[in-house]
Amino acid sequence: MSDVINLTIDGRAVTAAPGTLIINAAKQVGIEIPSFCYYDGLALQAACRMCLVEVDKTPKLQVACTLPIAEGMVVHTDSPLVREARKGMVEFLLTNHPLDCPVCDKGGECELQDMTFRYGAGESRFQEQKVHVEEQQWSPVVFFDAPRCILCYRCVRICDEGMGMNALGVINRGVHAEIAPNRFDHLECDECGMCIDICPVGALTSGMYRYKTRPWEMHHVGTICTHCSNGCKTTLGVRNNQIIRGNNRDHSGINGEFLCIKGRYAFDFVHSPERLQSPMVRKNGKLEPVSWSEALSTVARKFKEVKARGGKFGVIGSNHASNEENYYLQKFAREGLGTHNIDHHRTGDLPTLLDALSGKTEALATTADLYTRKAILVVASDLSQQHSFLAFQIRANYRHHGAHIYTVTPGPVREQHHAVNSIIAQPGGELAAVESLRDQLKAEAELVILFGDAIKGDAVRKLVAFGDSLGIPVRYVCLLDYSNSRGASDMGLAPNLGPGYQPVADAGLAYDEILAAKDLDVLWVVGANPLKRAAFGSEQAFVVVQEMFLTETAQRADVIFPAASAYEKNGTVTNVCGEVQRLKAGLQVMGTKSDLEIMGLLSKEMGVNIGMWSHEKIFEEIRGKVRGYNVPLSIVATGGAVQTTAVNGRVAGSVRPELIQSAGDTLFTSGSLGRYSKTLSSVVEAPGALYSDRRP
Amino acid sequence: MLYNEPSPLEVKILTKRFTLPNSQSLDTYLANDGFKAFFKAIEMSPEQIIEELKISALRGRGGAGFPTGLKWSFVPRNSPKPKYVIVNADESEPGTCKDRLLMENDPHQLIEGILIGGRLVDAHKGFIYIRGEFRYLITMMDRAIEEAYKRGYLGKNIQGTGFDFDLYTHTGAGAYECGEETALLDSIEGKRGVPRMKPPFPAVVGAWQSPTLLSNVETFSAVPFIIRDGGAAFAALGTPKNGGTRMICLSGHINKPGVYELPVGFNLLRMIYEVGGGMRNGKKLKAVVPGGSSCPLLKAEECDIPMDFDTLAKIKSMLGSGGTVVLDEDTCMVKFAHRIMKFYAHESCGWCIPCREGTTWLRKMLERFHGGGGQTGDRELIGELSKNMLGRTFCALGDAAAMPTISIVEKWPEDFEAHLNGRACPYEHASEMAMQR
Repeated sequence: MSDVINLTIDGRAVTAAPGTLIINAAKQVGIEIPSFCYYDGLALQAACRMCLVEVDKTPKLQVACTLPIAEGMVVHTDSPLVREARKGMVEFLLTNHPLDCPVCDKGGECELQDMTFRYGAGESRFQEQKVHVEEQQWSPVVFFDAPRCILCYRCVRICDEGMGMNALGVINRGVHAEIAPNRFDHLECDECGMCIDICPVGALTSGMYRYKTRPWEMHHVGTICTHCSNGCKTTLGVRNNQIIRGNNRDHSGINGEFLCIKGRYAFDFVHSPERLQSPMVRKNGKLEPVSWSEALSTVARKFKEVKARGGKFGVIGSNHASNEENYYLQKFAREGLGTHNIDHHRTGDLPTLLDALSGKTEALATTADLYTRKAILVVASDLSQQHSFLAFQIRANYRHHGAHIYTVTPGPVREQHHAVNSIIAQPGGELAAVESLRDQLKAEAELVILFGDAIKGDAVRKLVAFGDSLGIPVRYVCLLDYSNSRGASDMGLAPNLGPGYQPVADAGLAYDEILAAKDLDVLWVVGANPLKRAAFGSEQAFVVVQEMFLTETAQRADVIFPAASAYEKNGTVTNVCGEVQRLKAGLQVMGTKSDLEIMGLLSKEMGVNIGMWSHEKIFEEIRGKVRGYNVPLSIVATGGAVQTTAVNGRVAGSVRPELIQSAGDTLFTSGSLGRYSKTLSSVVEAPGALYSDRRP
Repeated sequence: MLYNEPSPLEVKILTKRFTLPNSQSLDTYLANDGFKAFFKAIEMSPEQIIEELKISALRGRGGAGFPTGLKWSFVPRNSPKPKYVIVNADESEPGTCKDRLLMENDPHQLIEGILIGGRLVDAHKGFIYIRGEFRYLITMMDRAIEEAYKRGYLGKNIQGTGFDFDLYTHTGAGAYECGEETALLDSIEGKRGVPRMKPPFPAVVGAWQSPTLLSNVETFSAVPFIIRDGGAAFAALGTPKNGGTRMICLSGHINKPGVYELPVGFNLLRMIYEVGGGMRNGKKLKAVVPGGSSCPLLKAEECDIPMDFDTLAKIKSMLGSGGTVVLDEDTCMVKFAHRIMKFYAHESCGWCIPCREGTTWLRKMLERFHGGGGQTGDRELIGELSKNMLGRTFCALGDAAAMPTISIVEKWPEDFEAHLNGRACPYEHASEMAMQR
């Protein structure tokens, strides 16, 4: 068989690889063959019959989405017969379609609408009564309007093949055939909304978005989801400073169209009524709203006073703030306040991994690697709960490339369904279990190892030593919790490591020490909630908090600055695989400022010069000063993702593994942010106990 | 049990034991040439078996009429995967009622056919997929299978030949679509019965992704005769390329409806007037459904033809599954079209758009039309919609719905004319009269 096949489509010579389907061969040369049920990456259906084309020497019209090309084939995609067939299909489709476009969410971006305009007839010849079924609500976020459904089965397939959930199926037959949820009248699933997103018509609609707006009334802002560490691009639909929906229909970003419930729906914390919208200062023991200038001068005065007398500062940074903010914060602490008492909630042992990989290149996996590498080993993490995009990539890798998957987890995980070998290992027993896979792993051509927070300190070194001993290329992912956990670490939110893991001469106090120190004078918390879990040691400390909500930590504050969320600011974040991506402000919430602006104003008020507080300027500085971050600006600026180059040198200093602990969020929780997302709380309350028996 | 008097014109090959007492028992079968073919097949090479089948000119009795020898030769006998033999007993084509008789009256003939199929492709497991409505047949078939097991004609080392074979019945839930062989496979695997994409064909990738020998009950039942008496003997009964006999299910407005085994190529008019005892009440012949409701209908003047696959294909109809329905001059063709479409709309699985939407649209139109709500242009629209379905659906069900409709629209325009302008059906009165008689 030759490497290429030559054929003719609409009189144009086309060359494509053997096995290419006609529909894709045509796409290569810019010829559109319409289809509903054909969908890249999902199983073939040939159900909608929209892609019928004429192929010379075959008596019947052929289905372009399932027929592979052949040498010398002559295809006509726009002959009178084909046009008539398409017109007939659209006509059939519309017979029971309600044509309620003026009130349908999908109106304006509906594939059926587009197809009807392009290929359909102007008038309907259907005079009979349409089949009607009442609308159903399947979950807090999923609604189904059966009459609008054209049964392309995209939702069924994405749920089964893409998500591994298999929560949707088909019931009844003939014209009464309907998509149905897995629990009779409701869904028990990931509530990811992939089914809604992939629906070409308005049959599956989103509980958040339905009947709120028309698509063209929003502006669409592509930014990075602020919840977990996977760094999915989410395109926010914003109208009048209000986020109305999140999706990623343009397939941009590392995640393509994938989003879980958090990226798609959990933006709603932004509009929570509990959002702080004014600075507050504690007066006579009570927090009272004050002006920005009063709050800033109160803090600046206190900072200067403590700095002057050589008092003790403690600074805790954020897992959600941008790289620029974290960089600026540590610079503020180190240069402006003269302290190395700075840390953040560490959720994975990245420094040890980097140290262990010292001297190796290409040892850190990208999210794309999870889709392309031939074997994957998951250690101590329930990916589909905590890293749903990484899980999606691995699942897609298995489906499309037959990747070999291995799991070593403390309980059952979804990846087991297609794993070559899965071992249930109690905490502490992970490495022994990994060792038992040695022979199988050795036989693989290459491997990606993902490991959770249970693997820390020496265990990381042992894991890397194990990887080295396999004699195959191994890449690693150290799993981290939140949207910029990686950036916080890279930017030097650590008492002993500066930006780019440069050692600090005199290490400061670590996270637990800051909180425990009885003689602390100032605690400055930027976008974190340490007092949720830890007791605070210092009674006299002056506590400054930059926060969106009145969290446990904010309640203890002497001054609170209302902070903007990630969706309200510009900058960059780095995901779990070290890929730097751009945050783009979609809206403004009245009364808030970004953490960067707050810090900038504070530096100005204090009269310390730590540089301009513009995110572009700081990113320039980061690119120059933080090892690995000299990424091509053009890619990041245009919304692409670039992996930072690994430090590739020893990382000095002890890591203190006991400080490393994942928050253990699930699909439906997201630290403090999650509490203020109505959607996340509503699905937790949804009927059923799907997750209670699945969580390891 | 027989439901009609045999006709002297019949050539009894498959039905030869039907009239014997206890015809369904293994003893009767063994006493009348039973399992001779199986022992012969054990001695034959697979190539020889295929050769006999090819010589016999046996063509698939399920409806499509594909040469069986060729179809069975497609199953990769040396595949390392397990192979399966599956019998399509989902007999549900309107007008067809022959498979049930073969299972009721001579189940062991079917079992022997299955064993020969299993021997041919080196399969050791078989399933008889019986239509959901045939509850009693499942019981009967199970009884026969049990008997065969007890007597060593199924199971391990059958009759000391070293050949193992297990046979099971499996039932659908009553969906016409599951008679389509790939939908049947999905159903047997426990899935929703919708057709699969072809290729790959079931012969190569069938049940549980394995090579599968899949044919109709009547096809399997014909195999023992072919192996025992030779393909040539079978072929000689029919016309060239159309070997053997067919179970013709003669129904409709005739005096002696019933299932008759006739040589392939038997003249249709003789079938009606000689085998079927002529038209009921001396009425005139109006139309014939030659082989099940999916076939384009024949006008009376088209009926002087031999009933074989090729002749019917030549006049743009089909021999189909042998369900010959005879209609007299009092039949309203609009009503007939509506009745068929009601069936197809009900049975459409819903998988692809043209069949799902088209059948229901047509049903509603025909219902309205027959009820006096017909408009000028409706007849043309019915024809056009049917043509929009024809050849464009996922499986043949859409074609099955479209073909008879197109033939009715084209061949009996006057019946449609007669319903226009709010007129009541001109045949209603006549058919009431007929019922009273």
